Amino acid sequence: MAENSVPLPGSIDLTRSRGYAPTVLERLHGWLVTVDHKRLGILYVTYGILFLLVGGAEAIAIRIQLAVPRNDFISAQVYNRFFTMHGTTMVFLVGMTIIFGFANYLVPLQIGARDMAFPRLNAFSFWLTAFGGLLLYYSFIGGSGLSGAGSAPDVGWFAYAPLTARAFSPGHSTDYWALALIVSGFGTLGTAINIVTTVLSMRCKGMTMMRLPLFTWLMLVDSGLTLITITPLTAAQIMLLIDRYLGGHFFDTQAGGSAVAWMHFFWIFGHPEVYVLVLPAFAIANEVIPVFSRKAIFGYPAMVAASVGIAFISLSVWAHHMFTVGMTSFSNAFFVLSTELVGIPTGIKIFNWLATIWGGKIRFATPMLFAIAFLFQFLIAGLTGIMLSIAPWNWQLHNSYFVIAHFHYVLVGAIVFCIFAGVYYWYPKVTGRMLNDTLGKWHFWLFLIGFHVTFDTMHFLGILGMPRSIYTYEPDRGWKTLNMITSAGGIIQGIAVLIFAFNLFWSYFHGEPAGDDPWDAWTLEWQTSSPPPVYNFAQDPVVRSRRPLWDLKHPEDPDWEYEG
Amino acid sequence: MSATTGMPAAYEGQWRLPPRGKVGMSSLIVGESAIFTIFVVAYVFYIGKSLSGPTPRQVLEVPIFATICLLSSSFTVWMAERAIRRNRVSTFALWLGGTICLGLVFLGGTAIEWHKLIYQDRLTISTNLFGTTYYSLVGLHATHVVIGLLMLTIVFLFAVTRRVRGQHAERITVLSMYWHFVDAVWVVVFTVVYVIGR
Repeated sequence: MAENSVPLPGSIDLTRSRGYAPTVLERLHGWLVTVDHKRLGILYVTYGILFLLVGGAEAIAIRIQLAVPRNDFISAQVYNRFFTMHGTTMVFLVGMTIIFGFANYLVPLQIGARDMAFPRLNAFSFWLTAFGGLLLYYSFIGGSGLSGAGSAPDVGWFAYAPLTARAFSPGHSTDYWALALIVSGFGTLGTAINIVTTVLSMRCKGMTMMRLPLFTWLMLVDSGLTLITITPLTAAQIMLLIDRYLGGHFFDTQAGGSAVAWMHFFWIFGHPEVYVLVLPAFAIANEVIPVFSRKAIFGYPAMVAASVGIAFISLSVWAHHMFTVGMTSFSNAFFVLSTELVGIPTGIKIFNWLATIWGGKIRFATPMLFAIAFLFQFLIAGLTGIMLSIAPWNWQLHNSYFVIAHFHYVLVGAIVFCIFAGVYYWYPKVTGRMLNDTLGKWHFWLFLIGFHVTFDTMHFLGILGMPRSIYTYEPDRGWKTLNMITSAGGIIQGIAVLIFAFNLFWSYFHGEPAGDDPWDAWTLEWQTSSPPPVYNFAQDPVVRSRRPLWDLKHPEDPDWEYEG
Repeated sequence: MSATTGMPAAYEGQWRLPPRGKVGMSSLIVGESAIFTIFVVAYVFYIGKSLSGPTPRQVLEVPIFATICLLSSSFTVWMAERAIRRNRVSTFALWLGGTICLGLVFLGGTAIEWHKLIYQDRLTISTNLFGTTYYSLVGLHATHVVIGLLMLTIVFLFAVTRRVRGQHAERITVLSMYWHFVDAVWVVVFTVVYVIGR
């Protein structure tokens, strides 16, 4: 599609294979035993999107239940299970798998490597994560033991003590929850180690740290953050299992243990986790925004520094989830200030993206639409975040729908929008076909409208005092209309996601052939064919600037003459 | 292609990247440190919060001999690494065997200590908060010693069957990094459990 034809001669092997077609069973076996980073990346993202549909269905059920007062679409017990499973699924089985899928697929390609640093560890990590997901969902069948009826975990995604103690959570559902997160946590740890090592040790010639594509840079920061974020959760889950199975007293207040300790341990994981999820969203925006604005990213070193800064600051903000627990005024002040500090590097990023778009020749293709929506929504998410970081304001609105609205603005408005941008952007590279643009526009506009109808409204519900995690409410509370609107938005989002899923499937067979570089982009993954051959590059690439493909396409005006 | 991208030929010789094994093991150690940090913080936080006995002061004895053994195993594994770098496989096997013995002595010390605590002092993981935090933290460390010993033993078996040679020195370094980490963690555990906590 693009004028400048890549791959260049020599970058892929043109020798024809001997025309041997493997059987279906052989193909499946190939996917099962694969250690290829591209196939594992596809497995991660497919797995994540399947669970996106499952977690989305749970959200729809929650919203149908809340659409009208005193509804009994699902019982209180099922409601508790659904919001627990919705949260756990979306964070661990959707967010984490999709972002690591992107990293798996793209990082080796962007740094001109043959594969990840440890391909077998990579496969092992994926299957651990996949097994963790199955373990979590098996609780629907085995949560009360095989003889009893099934019950999924119902303790909320942050599973505060002492609700998780044996006395209050009998049966095995909470154990499935803890074990699933330990298992998938080890998978995540393996992947994080792999990505850090790949970026540091597998770069092609000339790919110095300050020439890394920003996507790769952010995935490096993200994986480094993951190393020290997911492990405290594993430690806390081990303590929980010791309490539940060996009669330990970590979170047993009757034996001197502390329920607040669990809160600290959980949020020491839980808050940096938000940044683990959002940094890859920034990473995708860093690739999409420059390519569709036809300009190099504005302020590359500042972007790198801001990302490292965000990761660093995010480690010291966790207790802003706990203002209502009752901390000393020193702790309150510390966590208010550290939380507000995050606004500085994040603000730098927003201004840099705006400066990249400014004066650019903007192409409003589907990936760019999602990226622009992300910019706008992430700004609002950040502003409500600053509101919530102020302790007195937090005391007023904690555990209300305002908080739900705020973090869904981050998780959906920023992260999911960027994931969609990334899928539309890289799908041609992965499959060799473009995603259908008409369906893509329908997906975008419906999802955008549905998103705002749902989550803008939720802010008002929160201010009107509607608490989170309630399965129904009285008709005279004044929440009726807004809840109906919120639920309607949820349905619109559901339809949009189904259109997206259909588009993924349909375009794989009927999409317009993409060519190797459909967006006229600048990073190394667009230099090889679409889909890339197993070996990625027949010759190891050599780079001299941050935009190696720009240099190839414009030898008269290469980037290295400008970069310091 | 280097011609099209305009890379000066002189650049090609001096492209150095950090070795994969060391970077990977360092990352693992960073992650593991976070796990230990949470357990150590829990231990410190719960010191003196037990509602019933026995207390650490009543039952804990400082395991000086086991500690000396474990810490000196850092020296022996370093000597082993030095030997394999010079391609001296027999010396390597000897030092490695010494490391494994010292590790086993340490584990034996822990076993005797736990036996005394359980059968003589009636302290189990469910007795009180001290028991919960003590067995978790020391047990987590002991688990890491066991894993380290398994890996060292595998390498030892390869060494006595002459399958390890000088070119494997890089991998031995990675393994010894893990072992040094296990030792370093013990210094922290020792300080917290037997010095501060007693």
